[in-house]
Amino acid sequence: MQLGMAGTRIRQRRLDLGLRQLDLARQIGISASYLNLIEHNRRRIGGKVLLALAEALRVEPETLSEGGQASVVAELSKIAHQPGAPVELGQIEEIATRFSGWAARLMAQDARIAALEQSASALSDQLAHDPVLSEKMHEMLSTVSAIRSTAAILVETPDIDDEWRKRFHSNIDTESRRLAETSAAMAALLDGMGQETDSFATPLEAVARFFESRHLHIAEIETGGAEAIEPLLKAGPELNTDPVRDLARQMLEDYAKDARQVDLTALAKAAKQNGFDPGALAQIFDVALPVMMRRLACLPAAPDIPDIGLVTCDSAGAILLRKAPLGFSLPKFGAACPLWPLFSALGAPGQPIRRLVRSAQDQLYQAYAICTPLRAAQFDQPVSYRSSMVLIGVNEATEPPLDLGPSCRVCPHSSCLSRREPSILLQT
Amino acid sequence: MGKSVLLIEDEPNIIEAISFLLERDGWTVRLHSDGLTAVEAVYAKAPDVVILDVMLPGRSGFEILKELRSDTRSEHLPILMLTARGQTKDRELAASYGVSQFMTKPFSNAEMLETVRALAPGAA
Repeated sequence: MQLGMAGTRIRQRRLDLGLRQLDLARQIGISASYLNLIEHNRRRIGGKVLLALAEALRVEPETLSEGGQASVVAELSKIAHQPGAPVELGQIEEIATRFSGWAARLMAQDARIAALEQSASALSDQLAHDPVLSEKMHEMLSTVSAIRSTAAILVETPDIDDEWRKRFHSNIDTESRRLAETSAAMAALLDGMGQETDSFATPLEAVARFFESRHLHIAEIETGGAEAIEPLLKAGPELNTDPVRDLARQMLEDYAKDARQVDLTALAKAAKQNGFDPGALAQIFDVALPVMMRRLACLPAAPDIPDIGLVTCDSAGAILLRKAPLGFSLPKFGAACPLWPLFSALGAPGQPIRRLVRSAQDQLYQAYAICTPLRAAQFDQPVSYRSSMVLIGVNEATEPPLDLGPSCRVCPHSSCLSRREPSILLQT
Repeated sequence: MGKSVLLIEDEPNIIEAISFLLERDGWTVRLHSDGLTAVEAVYAKAPDVVILDVMLPGRSGFEILKELRSDTRSEHLPILMLTARGQTKDRELAASYGVSQFMTKPFSNAEMLETVRALAPGAA
């Protein structure tokens, strides 16, 4: 049962198809005046009427009831609550529905601003902490210092003897050449820093986007194995600097290692026969659970394969890889919802966690998570962990689901005891 | 005989300029450029003032300062730290280790001379 802006979406879709209100009403067996009330959001719709309207308008019922806009509304709400002149909060859903082009532009601009802010922050960090830059700066100041002191001696010591004068002239010449070289090296270094952070904030972010743009499925490696890695590194427009390529190479090698252990065609066949439970499939293929979870998320979209999401993080909770299933928002920047089983797994390494969860968009998923050591343990070395979580959409709840949000800032759950900061969705 | 300065610095042309200035001012200047053996150089022949660079080959000037201040033989030795690193945190670190004076490069000759003279009153 929906009220909201469902009527507006129905009206917009009818007009897009060039249908008259009277004709549509007749087609689905209701009066034109009742359809008029629905279209002006003055009557709730649901059940048979919604299904009939969806069929007549050739869209999924959810597109009419939710507008397929829940994530857009959440994003626009986040933008609306940013500092600045107040905006009309009551019209967010209308903007998402009636002005989808403007909404998309707003969100793209917001994402661009966030990326630029991250770039600025990364550049600031690099200026403050880059060891090569620090060394060049020190060298430049030392050189300037030598030139200044020597020049002052020549000016302030009129009775200086010829031998010293010649020596100091030579020193100034040497130091000024060195200064020119150091300045050029610093300029090149600063240019390079600008290029490194031109498009993406960090190498991790750039590589994550490379994987996300391919939905975590690297077809070249699936067919060509590890030999496809080097050509991939040259082809990806996101992989535009050496640090990014180094990280991408490492992650693609991990991908190739997974691919050698589990063939995707065999996995798809086994999953269709036995279900998509990563635990059962890991036993069938005799591989570690995290490997199977990653491979499941690599399965390309197909009618008989559910939409499978994946998130991985390190011991600090920093998200490394992400693929959002439909109806589940993943934050691009900042910390995620602390209730995700991904993070619960960090507290119990080695213990698989299975939990039915419900997203803020009211979608159900079976979540599977596990945290394992990144590599074999070594004496006198700290153990690093990786946590992985797959999300597989389900239709019915077999147990009370755990309500999750994307992150506290855009989470609708007011009574959550794990909340670390107020939600903008609860301020309206 | 005038008072002495131990100049612990590895930049040849800065060494030459500072040496020239101090010697004309009546100081005996001894040079040392290696961070690893700098502490031994101090104890080999105690100077009246030490001028200490921060970024030295082998060992940081901060570490040298800390070790000198932890030894009764040099806990009150006048030490002028001369460095291109002039950030607040560097000054605070030097102060916490007990530096006598801190001066950043590039410096003026007159300022450097005045500071060294003030560290060893009655010298030169």
